Amino acid sequence: MSLTPAIRVRGLVKRFGQTTVLDGIDLDAGRGEVTCLIGPSGSGKSTLLRCIAFLEEATDGFIEIDGEPLGFAAGPSGERMRLPQSAIRPVRSRVGMVFQQFNLWPHMTALGNVSEALVIVRGMKRRDAEARAMAELEKVGLSGRASHYPSELSGGQQQRVAIARALALEPRIMLFDEPTSSLDPELTGEVLNVMRDLAKTGMTMLVVTHEIGFAASVGAKIVFLDHGKLLVQGTPGEVFGKPRHPRIEQFLDTYLDRGAATLL
Amino acid sequence: MISWKLFSLLVYAAQWTVLYSAISISIGFVMSAGICSATLSRNRALAFAGKLYVSFFRGVPLLVQLLLIYYLLPGVGLDVPSHVAAIAGMALCTSAYQAEILRGGFASVPRGLVEAAEMSGFSRLAIFRRIRMPIAVKLTMPALISEAIMMLKSSSLISVVGVVELTRMAQNLAASTYKPMEIYTAAGFVYLVINLVLVALGYGLEKKLRWGRI
Repeated sequence: MSLTPAIRVRGLVKRFGQTTVLDGIDLDAGRGEVTCLIGPSGSGKSTLLRCIAFLEEATDGFIEIDGEPLGFAAGPSGERMRLPQSAIRPVRSRVGMVFQQFNLWPHMTALGNVSEALVIVRGMKRRDAEARAMAELEKVGLSGRASHYPSELSGGQQQRVAIARALALEPRIMLFDEPTSSLDPELTGEVLNVMRDLAKTGMTMLVVTHEIGFAASVGAKIVFLDHGKLLVQGTPGEVFGKPRHPRIEQFLDTYLDRGAATLL
Repeated sequence: MISWKLFSLLVYAAQWTVLYSAISISIGFVMSAGICSATLSRNRALAFAGKLYVSFFRGVPLLVQLLLIYYLLPGVGLDVPSHVAAIAGMALCTSAYQAEILRGGFASVPRGLVEAAEMSGFSRLAIFRRIRMPIAVKLTMPALISEAIMMLKSSSLISVVGVVELTRMAQNLAASTYKPMEIYTAAGFVYLVINLVLVALGYGLEKKLRWGRI
């Protein structure tokens, strides 16, 4: 394993107008590891993920993907220099993203959703792209739904197609933005299983989640954000084991009612 | 009642109504995609140019536009044949309306669908062509069909540049037969039939695009 982390975030600040959403985040996500971002709503974890995907432009600070600067680089005297647009795409192409709202393209079938970028971006022949897409759908257990439109699929199936769509482009890093938050518990399970299988293949994953049980069992590292600050980070044992940080104790109490904390 | 001979003359003229409208609406649609993307552009000058275009061609009556093209352009040395003036006038006019309809559609394309395409490495052009445009067209299909119907009816105005279409033919026949009531009723009937066919085509298209809610 190389020493460069897959994702390296330094001094990241994001402000929307007067509101500071991220307040100086430093974070390393290890290669081949699952890093879980947890914390209360509004703590900035989704914004952090979106900055790493470059869907939001951070106000200050640096992000490196596989050692390559994303969007901004440090100049000779440490000043922040904007990189040209052309420098963003190659770095971003190493990253796949799965959204809370799935964001499947409604006018394309499951197969179309997975194969489209292979044709449009990678320049593959439609037939080859579809064969490749079919293999990805097979992996998430949905080859039988290839010709269905997103509106004909359950939420869990849609999210699995979305995962297949991201994986088809062979990213080195997968970002998950609350991938199960709009699913009922039964469907949540099938998506988490796909993510567990993916983690076993050694994929680097950064997961924003409210599924504490998943984070504790699959995450190599847990990062707890609160009010835009990185409050605690460490292995699940360090973060969830006793004695706990009082803020984590308080956060976990809210899960006790749902029985999730008993999984720890 | 009017004779079959008169009626067949109306149907013959209706061919031109359909042809001129179909060509203008199609050209206008292609133009509207460009104008719409200009108005939505981050480039201020391009956005302004797009808005100016829309304001002008929506703000000036089609009849005046047709007359301007037909009488003004020859004045600066551009000889414009009737059929070119007719198609140009209608296409320019409808492109402005269609661009505004599409703009509403583009605004309704969920941001997340575009973000998913960005994360998949799509270029801006690819996002426009493969994601935003098809969804905007689906969302605005009823309004676009409605605009096509409006345009087909407005095609009666192109008689001012010397094109004999359905309405002009009806006027000519009414003048020569002294049967305006019958002739205009028949002409109205022909317009109605054409538009009903257009509506049916529209429904067919909407059905084809029925891939669910957005």
